[in-house]
Amino acid sequence: METETALSAPLTIGFTYTRSLGPVLSQFMTALAERRILGSRGSDGRVHAPPAEYDPVTYAPLTELVEVSTVGTVQTWTWMNRPLDGQPLGRPFAWALILLDGADTPMLHAVDAGSPDRVRTGMRVRARWVAEPAGHIRDIECFEPDGGCPAARATSTSSEPVTMIETPIQLRYRHTTSAEESRYLRGLATGRLLGQRCPACGKVYIPPRGACPVDGVPTTDEVELPDQGTVTTFCIVNTPFAGQRITPPYVAAYVLLDGADIAIQHLILGCPAGEVRMGMRVRAVWRPREEWGTTPENIDHFRPSGEPDAAFESYAHHL
Amino acid sequence: MTDVAVIGFAEAPCRPEAGTTSGVELLVPVFRDVLAAAGLSRRDIGFWCSGSSDYLAGRAFSFVSAVDAIGAFPPITESHVEMDAAWALYEAYVKILTGEVDTALVYGFGKSSAGELRRVLAMQLDPYLLAPLWPDSVSIAALQARLCIESGLFSEKDMAEVAVRSRANAIRNPSAQVSGIAEVEELLGAPYVADPLRAHDCAPVGDGAAAVILASGDRARELCERPAWISGIAHQVDSPGLGMRDLTTSRSAAGAGAAAGLGEGGLDVAELHAPFTHQEILLARALGIGDGVEINPSGGVLCGNPMFSAGLSRIGAAAQRIHDGTARRTAGHATSGPALQQNLVCVMEAR
Repeated sequence: METETALSAPLTIGFTYTRSLGPVLSQFMTALAERRILGSRGSDGRVHAPPAEYDPVTYAPLTELVEVSTVGTVQTWTWMNRPLDGQPLGRPFAWALILLDGADTPMLHAVDAGSPDRVRTGMRVRARWVAEPAGHIRDIECFEPDGGCPAARATSTSSEPVTMIETPIQLRYRHTTSAEESRYLRGLATGRLLGQRCPACGKVYIPPRGACPVDGVPTTDEVELPDQGTVTTFCIVNTPFAGQRITPPYVAAYVLLDGADIAIQHLILGCPAGEVRMGMRVRAVWRPREEWGTTPENIDHFRPSGEPDAAFESYAHHL
Repeated sequence: MTDVAVIGFAEAPCRPEAGTTSGVELLVPVFRDVLAAAGLSRRDIGFWCSGSSDYLAGRAFSFVSAVDAIGAFPPITESHVEMDAAWALYEAYVKILTGEVDTALVYGFGKSSAGELRRVLAMQLDPYLLAPLWPDSVSIAALQARLCIESGLFSEKDMAEVAVRSRANAIRNPSAQVSGIAEVEELLGAPYVADPLRAHDCAPVGDGAAAVILASGDRARELCERPAWISGIAHQVDSPGLGMRDLTTSRSAAGAGAAAGLGEGGLDVAELHAPFTHQEILLARALGIGDGVEINPSGGVLCGNPMFSAGLSRIGAAAQRIHDGTARRTAGHATSGPALQQNLVCVMEAR
């Protein structure tokens, strides 16, 4: 096989964690919405801010919450010269452990200090709040050097208890395929279906797996497969969901291409959903050639080929 | 109680960018090498246990694709931890103690380079109070380093000396990603990556894989000339609240070392999983490892830190010194979480 560079592509994953808060963090987040910071009193009398739900020494649940100051002292720091996505500030800033007045253990946050020579251990800083705090740790936008003026007053209006928080997550990757997968994807770009045969057991995998799951050896022998096969099993999708591209009901099926030993999952269109059955013979319907890329989406769906159904025995070992 | 020994170890070379996102193909030669050295076939292994992370791979159930590299048909007994594979080794050790199996193969793998590692690692933090701020792993380590330096525990020069020794040791390690002769003054002239950490203070980002074979009693003696008998293994964890523990030491490392009986005999070699120079100094202190002990003769993770297999490799590297007859009693250590939050110590001896 000629050496070709493996295909890779950017992969961005985004989702939002929605988390329920226990009694301690619920009070803490509710207080943040009022521009106040609470700590919890540990079994040894120390105040942890932000609050610990369980004592770090005895592991006992902690229930006594006390208000601490929004002003504190930097205990240690580092300089973030190129802030990463999602961090509190988009311009260079200091990360610091900050011991708030009235607390005995420090909290981690950002300090908007401008430059590293304006940060030092022992410096006094105060919380800067976002315009509309809503009950999230990000209500504290960051800390800033304390000018000595009195702390801004907390919002007096008591808000509704905060019981849930949402945290959006976005992660970026460079997804790299194996040499076998790259061959398969490049084959698709020219309208060919390329599987590979395990040199040990002779089974044909499409897409090629990189390693045979039976023998644990790389699959090397290339096998071109036709774009027709047999429905081994299927389901009728009746439920709408976010991002759905076809109006239900429609059929998602496993299609065993002729000569393959593993089925691929695809859509069966071109007949009423109720007519799809195990053993039905189907053929690929390709998108227009000018839309092809190195992607399995080149095959839009499969449709009934009109041939007689395959005998159960012909696919019984592939269910 | 059943005696359990490490009888085999292999690792893939740690490289800045290697292989696919799944990491499966990195495992294939590692399995081949570790099994061949032990004279075993895949079918001889009683239990398989792996360590890896979906956050590294960027997809759910990513470890399942690695099972292809085992050849999992007919069905095998298999388990997985979303942690460094040193913790998978702990599970496999316990599995052997139950008497259900007499051999286990433990493996770890990951492609740290697929995403932005220092940012991805924010996902392991407290999801309410810390992770939403996206503090990265290097910055958190820097906060710890400054606390130690300003407490007078050690200096930036002491840290650079750790890097110099590690890189020199790594010259003899073909799996190392970084190695060579460096001068302390030259390293200290480099700019800060995260004040007070410079590039030499931080483990490089790299991709890799490793595997260890465990066997019990007579099976171990039959398969290995000099088994590395596990005399003690323990792991402990500290609070996830960064402010709630003393970052100038590692209570969980000290606790795990004591529980594993680390101090109950002389030690020849300690392989410490310290992704930052200052953490090696902290760990040696917390574990009571003094002069006369070779620390990280492999170069350690400062010279190659493939996530989710690097801790397992520390145990493997420490065991290898017993296998080759150059040490009588060694320790492998693994860490997980921010700023040495969770620690595992495995003490091994020749018998």
